Order: sequence, then structure tokens, then C-alpha cells
Amino acid sequence: MSKVLLDIKNLHAEIEDEGKQILKGLNLTVRAGEIHAIMGPNGAGKSTLASVVAGKDGYEVTEGSIEMDGKDLLELDPDERAKEGLFLAFQYPVEIPGVSNINFLRTAINEIKEYRKEDPVSAKDFMSMVREKSKLVELDAKLASRSVNEGFSGGEKKRNEIFQMAMLEPKVSFLDETDSGLDIDALRIVAAGVNKLKNENNAVVLITHYQRLLDYIIPDFVHVLADGKIVKTGDKNLALELEEKGYDWLTEEKAL
Amino acid sequence: MAGYTEEELAEELKNQEYKFGFVSEIESDKIPVGLSEEVVRIISAKKNEPEWLLDYRLKAFKIWEEMTEPEWAHVHYEKPKFQDISYFSAPKKQYESWDDVDPEMKATMDKLGISMDEQKKLTGVAVDFVMDSVSVATSFKEKLGELGIIFCSFSEAVHDHPELVQKYLGTVVPSSDNFYAALNSAVFSDGSFCYIPKGVRCPMELSTYFRINEAGTGQFERTLLVADKGSYVSYLEGCTAPQRDENQLHAAVVELIALDDAEIKYSTVQNWFPGDKDGKGGIYNFVTKRGICQTNSKISWTQVETGSAVTWKYPSCILKGDNSIGEFYSVAVTNNHQQADTGTKMIHLGKNTKSTVISKGISAGVSQNSYRGLIHIGKNATNARNFTQCDSLLMSDRCGAHTFPYIECNNNSAKLEHEATTSKIGEDQIFYCQQRGLTEEKAIGLIVNGYVKEVLNKLPMEFAVEAQKLLAISLENSVG
Amino acid sequence: MMTTVLSEKMQSFLDGFPTPENSLQLAAYNRLIELDFPTTRDEYWKYTRVGKISNSKYTLPEKSIRDLSIEQYIVSDQFIVIENGLVRLDLSQFNSSEFNIDFKDAEGLSELADFNANLNNEDVFTQLNTAFFDEGIEITIDNKAVIEKKLQLIYVSNGDAVLANNRLFIHAGKSSKSSIVITQIGESGENCFNNLVTEVIVEDNAHFTIHKIQSDNDSNTQVATEQIAQGDNSTFKINTVTLNGLLVRNNINIAVNGQNCSTYMNGAVIGKNNQHVDNHTFVDHRVPNCYSNENYKYVLDGKSTGVFNGRVVVQKDAQVINAYQNNGNILLSDHASINSKPELEIYADDVKCSHGSTTGQLDEDALFYLQARGISKKNAKRILVSAFIGEVIESYEDETITELIQQLLEKEHGWTF
Repeated sequence: MSKVLLDIKNLHAEIEDEGKQILKGLNLTVRAGEIHAIMGPNGAGKSTLASVVAGKDGYEVTEGSIEMDGKDLLELDPDERAKEGLFLAFQYPVEIPGVSNINFLRTAINEIKEYRKEDPVSAKDFMSMVREKSKLVELDAKLASRSVNEGFSGGEKKRNEIFQMAMLEPKVSFLDETDSGLDIDALRIVAAGVNKLKNENNAVVLITHYQRLLDYIIPDFVHVLADGKIVKTGDKNLALELEEKGYDWLTEEKAL
Repeated sequence: MAGYTEEELAEELKNQEYKFGFVSEIESDKIPVGLSEEVVRIISAKKNEPEWLLDYRLKAFKIWEEMTEPEWAHVHYEKPKFQDISYFSAPKKQYESWDDVDPEMKATMDKLGISMDEQKKLTGVAVDFVMDSVSVATSFKEKLGELGIIFCSFSEAVHDHPELVQKYLGTVVPSSDNFYAALNSAVFSDGSFCYIPKGVRCPMELSTYFRINEAGTGQFERTLLVADKGSYVSYLEGCTAPQRDENQLHAAVVELIALDDAEIKYSTVQNWFPGDKDGKGGIYNFVTKRGICQTNSKISWTQVETGSAVTWKYPSCILKGDNSIGEFYSVAVTNNHQQADTGTKMIHLGKNTKSTVISKGISAGVSQNSYRGLIHIGKNATNARNFTQCDSLLMSDRCGAHTFPYIECNNNSAKLEHEATTSKIGEDQIFYCQQRGLTEEKAIGLIVNGYVKEVLNKLPMEFAVEAQKLLAISLENSVG
Repeated sequence: MMTTVLSEKMQSFLDGFPTPENSLQLAAYNRLIELDFPTTRDEYWKYTRVGKISNSKYTLPEKSIRDLSIEQYIVSDQFIVIENGLVRLDLSQFNSSEFNIDFKDAEGLSELADFNANLNNEDVFTQLNTAFFDEGIEITIDNKAVIEKKLQLIYVSNGDAVLANNRLFIHAGKSSKSSIVITQIGESGENCFNNLVTEVIVEDNAHFTIHKIQSDNDSNTQVATEQIAQGDNSTFKINTVTLNGLLVRNNINIAVNGQNCSTYMNGAVIGKNNQHVDNHTFVDHRVPNCYSNENYKYVLDGKSTGVFNGRVVVQKDAQVINAYQNNGNILLSDHASINSKPELEIYADDVKCSHGSTTGQLDEDALFYLQARGISKKNAKRILVSAFIGEVIESYEDETITELIQQLLEKEHGWTF
């Protein structure tokens, strides 16, 4: 079996101020070369999982562990997690006025390189990388020189996320509802980008409410997240079943 | 969870050292403290001034005596004791040329990063250096002279071009304008004078560096800049002062005159000593800056304000001529105990006049940062236009950010837009950057730079770099 | 600063008025003689001169039994008529089953907790009101009472140069929901000065709304001060439409003392002739987690002048405040003018505050578009003005009131929307 990239064990997390428990003992093991899909009803904790893994403020992990490539992520700041190779494609990418995409990414890449004790990328190499990777998601090169996500359409923002993923070459990527708000053409482009970026050394975790995305990015595993736990795991057919039957049968089954 | 907190930022900001806080050992000629008609006469005599200028000073002194210090600004400070200040301090030696300049003085300039040798060779910026009260060196004079451009110390101008000085001095900022303008008019010691002849486009940036060095002195410089018809000039002003426990007073007056079709771009990077982290010491920066625009002319003020304990400053434009344009771009950063009440006045008098105001405030520590701006549309200012955007960014929960706009419209064809926002630095933006691998410090630096970019873009290149460095000092190194 | 020298202006203004006897009014009187009328040197009176008031010689009102033509202004079957500050029970109609209504003199009101407690004692006009009001109205809404019907207060000025000091004290009980309508109109006579002070305590979880319609006579002046205190989870709303009156100054001061409050202020000013309308609002966010929203629109014709001064203060530690201000102005004539001062004073950091102020004309393109569809320029302008102030009028959420506004608009300005 291939190497474990991400190992989440018995993860309990709550919202800091409210003390409301969202994740209640979640387990997930992601190996190199795998694609996982996490599905579930609204409010099950899907986006919380992505936020907690990425280290967003406002959540407290009360129990359990998250390890990436053998390293304890919970000890690390969000940027250190990113430097370790974790990528989160945001459900709602943030706009940063006045900061160009290019400048932003170059700073990020060089920081990551420095962390990994590698040489910084030259301006020339960087620009050719931008040109090459922006083609991957058919992102207009002009967008690269605009402010981060500012004035981008919903689809452009999502493609920009995948473009950044391509630039940063992470080990594990969480795609949080990347399909939401995309028309079918944009969805195809985003999915094709993800498929091209996927290889035997990295892994992708898709967080989605609908089966639709999984027609384009075929998962190796489909997990159902309900009430803060993974209640069922299967292959891509589980997604089809969910599409047909909804989630109720699962939660009912569990109640029995 | 480990993470950067605002408390940490606040802590770091507190410990920022003021890197220009050195004192130069230069012998100076300083008159005893106190202010009286006698002192005004001494200053005038020391500078060997003509009768008309002495009269001008004495008149202003009489006006000042009748006035009281203004209270309306949103700042609180112990009023300067005007009788405890020495109103004149000059480096003792007089210099004939740059080569004669005291090595210690040269070293001072080096520390300030404005080595004239270097500037002369590399950047082609003409520099006038004003230390305490006296202009000590002006570079590039000859080259400018070929174009008929006069760029010299104010004192020189009084002797060499009295007709110009007399014609324009006090025409934009009358001595009676306000308390500090009156004070300055009575006791100003030196400053810069600049005249761009008709139709001449000044080929290089003109620059003045102001520095307060002596203890117990105030600095009262006077800048007068006249752009004759159809001319263009870009003018830069930088300010620093040594680190001292006392509050030193800086009360300058800057007058700009843009005649028909002329354009003046006036940029300031102000980094007077802001006081230490407990609010001790620092400069009181009470400055009156105003320009008047004749037909089709344009005045553009750009300022980056990071220094001073208390700032009270409103670079303004009187848009007297038809089709004239006024602009104000400002970044004001306050930290620790600093207080700033700054903004602009755009007085629209002529037809088709336009003004733009972009103000970006950043408050940290326990500082108070206020924008105060007046947009006045006169009865006859047909088709006047104004756009104002003032944003405030809050970096701590103990600081204040305030917005006091005054919009007065007396003409029904005017179109005025004012927008203001106040918010905390975006936590979601910081997190987004971190998720892409940036440290919090970098993230904040990047976000702040983006936030002020619109204004920094208006600065000439060399200055923009310096301004960015200054911002970096106060914010980017702020997280450990 | 305290001044011991009695201002001549104040002395002559008060000349002939009786010295009040009860302690509350005497204290206000004594305070008053230490004060002077504000001048344009005072920051919050920068654009409004009160010479018209301070130089006048007013008489205090007397009880009357005259007939008043108020029929057309009635928008509710619950109404109280107040003529020159004195209650006209003979013309009023209400039952006290829902709103508890009491008529009290100063002595009676001063026994109430919180009465007069939140007013600014540096303010000449509130002190003047306290010193000289004769009949105050106390309105109490029981805890949990939800009252559909609106109580209308019809303030009528009548006679020549009468100084009317209207005083209202409202206590909206916990979890109650109710609203009142304040109509300020002029009957006959001229140069009256209406000086209104309204205090409102909005208790925890209560919803309280004030709808104001101001349309006094051409030569009458008025100063209205509303002092509001909001408790936890409460909602307070005030709508003000000003259609006539020579000099109108509204001071709305809202102290948001409780968390999770919502505060709304809407205003529309239609000015003509030499009218001067000045709206000063002040929202004091003292505690965290609150929301306030303000929207004032001015349409000024003739030589009229408008003043908008909206002040929002977010006090230290009052985190998570969202506060918005909007002020839009249209000058219809060459001689009209507007002064706008939206102010933000923020001492906490986790806030989202913004304000916008625009001044301009009716959109030429829209005007042309309407004309091209066959609408006369005059009507096209009215349509656009209506659209401009429409969102403020809509906030009244009551057709009867909207109709009254229409009616008054027709009467005072010769058009409706």
C-alpha cells in the first residue's frame, strides 16, 4: 500500500465561543494517489472539517489527532500547515484589494521554498510557471495581474483556487464545495484541472453536497459525514446511491 | 491553537524603535528661549532681512498674540509652552558649497539615507536640506538655473528674489489664518523657495529634507512654491527628528501657487519622532499647507504620515480658477500613543472644478487617528465634482479611528460623493494568505500594502520605496 | 465651561416668563440662565442659526377651547390633540386599555424613575422645555403588550408667537411591541416656536417605533429632541418626514445600552422657499453586538437649506458593531444648499461601520427616458424625486400615514407621487 499522507484520528472539534460540538470522533486516512469524496447533509460538519484541518481560528480541537506525512498538524500555524503541503480550496475565496495575484503567489511560493530550504524561484521561471499553470484551468492570464479575487466572477474565483493549487503543488488538497455555483462548462474545466494535477504522490479530498462533481472527478472512496462522524464509506457507487436515496436512510439506519 | 493574536501584534508594535532617533553633534547658534517682539526682531536681524519682511513678521506676531490655540481637533495633548522654546537654532558654520559641509552633517544625511553625493549622482533629485531652522545645502542649483528654475533656501530667496517672495508670501495662507500659521509667520527661520518659470517642465524631482536636531527648539519653516503659467513641478518633502523625551514643536507653513495651466505635485513622507511606546516625547506637528489653483491648473498632495506624537495637518486646495483640479492622497499610520487629526479642504470656487480625496488611516496601539475633511462648493462653482473615499483600518482594540467629513454644497449642479468605511483588518484575509503559506506577519504586511497601494502609487518612485519601508517598519516587523 | 455672567440674550428671552416653583423646573431654569443660545461656533450648531428663536419675544400658551381643524390629519382612531403644548382632551379620542396614558405636570412626572435623567443639561432647548412645560404626557406600554393600533399625537401650533413646550415620556415595557405617530402641524397664526422633548425608554426585548410627520406653518420654528435609551435585544425605529416649517431642528439621541439591539433612523426632507431643516442624529453604541442603520434623503428647492449631521460613536469594548449611515441630497434649485456631516467615532476594533453621502441632481438620462415616453418634464421630475425619497416613505409601512404624507405634499408643495 502506498504511503499515508493524511491521518485523522478520533477528531473532536467544537466552535470556540459557543462550545458547540461539530466533529464527534471523525476518522479518515488518505494515502498517496487517492481521491476521497466527503458527502453529507447540510450542517453535518463538512466545511468545519476543512477549516479544522487548515487551522482556522474559532474552532477548538478537544480530542484526537491530525497527522500529515507523520507530522502533527495541530501544533502548527495555518501557514506552516500550508508549507507542509496542505492546500484548501475555499468555498468562498477571499478578496484582497490592492494585492495582485502574482505578487501574492510569488510571496507564497518563495516562503514555502524557504521553509523547505529550497532556492527561491526566479522571476522568469515564475512567470513561465504562471503562464503554463493558468492554461490548466483556462484562467485568463490577465486575471493573474489583478487583485486577489477582487471583481472575479464566482467561476473565476473557483478556477483561481485550482490555479493556485497548481502553482503550490501541495501533497493533500481539500476542495471545499468547489463545485458550488459553477455552471457545467466551468465545472468541467475545474475538474479537468484537478485530474491533471492529481498523481501518485499527492491526494485530493473533495467536499461536496452533490454527486455531480464526482462524474468528472472519480473518487476512490466516498465517505458520508453525518452528525460529526463518518457513518459510511464506500466506492463511487455510494455517491450514486446517495443521489438517488438522499441521506435520510443513512441517519435512520444509524439510529437503528 | 498557536496563532498570531492582536495582542502579539500590539506588543511588537510597541517595541518598534525609531531608527532616525540619533542626535548629531553639530555646534549650533541657538538664541535664548522665549518669544517676544524682541525675539522676532533678533531672528530677522540674524538673517539680515529687509524691512518689509520684518514688518510682515511683526504684524503676524501681533495677530498671534491675540489668538488662542485651537481646540476643535480630536487630539489631546499638553499645550506647548511657547516661552520655553528657542525660536532660532542654526548650525554655526555657514557653508559656501556642498564640499564645505561639516562631515558630521554629511554623516547625518547619510544616516537619513539622503547622502547628497549619492543623490546627485544616481537619482537626479535636487535636494534642499533644512536642519533645525536653516537650509544647509541645496544641490543641482546650477543645472536648474539653466532652465530659469529657482530652487533655494527661503533666506536666499529673500535676498536674491525679493520681488517674487514679496509678491506671493502669505497670499495663500494669511498670517491670520490660524494660531500656528500666525506663529510661523512671526518666527519662521528658513525653508525652501521654488519658482518654475512659464512653460517649464521641471526635469527632476525637487526635494527638501527637514530635520530637527537641537533640543529645546521648535522648527518653523516656510515653503513657498510658485509654478508659473503652464509649468510643471514635482516636489518632495521628508522629515525626521532625534529621539528626545520632550515634545518639540514643528509649525510649518507651505504655500503653493499654481498659475494658469500649471501643475504641482507635492509629496510628503513625514516621519518625525512619534514619541516612545509610553507616549513620552515626540514632535507636535502643527502644519498649515495650502495651495491655490488658477485656471486649468492642478495641485496634487500626497502624504504618508507615520511620525509625530500629535499631528494637525490639512493640506488643502483653493480651486479658484475654472477647470482647476485638486487631489489629496493620504496614508496616515498611528501607533502607541500617537494622535493624528488630518485630512484636507477642497474649496471649489471656479466652474468645472474637480477634486479627489483618498484617505487611508491605519491605527494601532492606543493611538487615535482622525480624518477631517471639508468639501466646500461655492455658489458660483458650477459643475463641481468631488469624490471622497476615506477608509480606516483598526489594528488593535484600544485604538480609535474617526471620520469627520464636512460637505457644504451651495450649487445645484455639483456632484459630490463621499464614502467612508471603518473596519478591522480582515481575519479571513489573513487566514487565506496563511493557507497559501504566508506567515501572519507577511500576510498583514501584504494586506496593508494592498490597502494603501492606491496612495503609494501616487508617490514618485524613490519616495514610494521609502514610504513602503516606513510602513514595513511600523507593521511588517511587528510579528515575531 | 460654567459661565456666571448671565447672557443678555437669554435674559431678554426669559424676560416676562414666570420663575418656576417646583424643584425640577427651577433647577432647569437656573441651569438655563447659566447657558446661552448656541452659535455657529458650536460644532453641532455650525450650520444652523437660532437668531430667529433667540431674538423673538414669545408668550407662554393659555388653555383654549377653540375649534381646531384637525380632521384631515388623523390617521388612527386613537389620538391625543395637544395645542401649544396643552392637552385638548375635548378633541382627543382614546381608550387607555392598551396604551396607558397619564397627563401629569412637572411635579408628577419628576416622581417617575428615569424621567429627565438622560437629557443633556448643556442643551438650551431641553432645559427650556423642562423649565416651562405645563402638561406632560406619560405613556406606558405594559410588559409583553403587543399593540397593533398606533397611538397618534397631534401637536398643533396656534396663535402668534407662542412658545409651546411639549413634553412626552414613554416607557415601552419588556417584550412589548407598539408604535406611535407624531404629527406636528400649524393651525393659524405665525412665528410660533414649538419646543418638543420626548424621552423614550425601550426595555429589554421591546420593539418601539415613532413615525413623525412635520408640517408646521411657514413662519413657525421647531426644535424636537428625542432621547432614547435601549435595553437588551430591543429594536427602536424612528421615521421623520419634514414637509414644512421655517426652521426645523431634530435631535435624535439614542443611547444603546443593551446588547443585540437594532436601531433604525429614516428621514426625508422636502424643502422649499427659505426653509431650513436640520437633522442631527447621534447613536451611542456603548455595548457590543449591535446594529444601527440610518438613511436620510433631502430634496431642496427654492432657497431652502438642509443640514444632516449623523454621528455614530462606538465606545471602547463595544465590539461587533455594524453601523451604517447614508445621506443623499438633491438640489432642485440654484439657490438651495446642503451641508452634510456624517461622522464616525470608533474606539473598538471589531466593527463594520460605513457612511456615504452623495449630493447631485436628478439623473438626466432617466429624466430624458421618461420624457421620451411622453411624460412632461415636470412630472418626470416628480417621479424621480418620489423614487429618491420612496424608500424612506416606505419605511412607514402604513398606508394611512403614507396617504397623509401625500396629502401634505400636495398641500405644501403642490405635487404628490
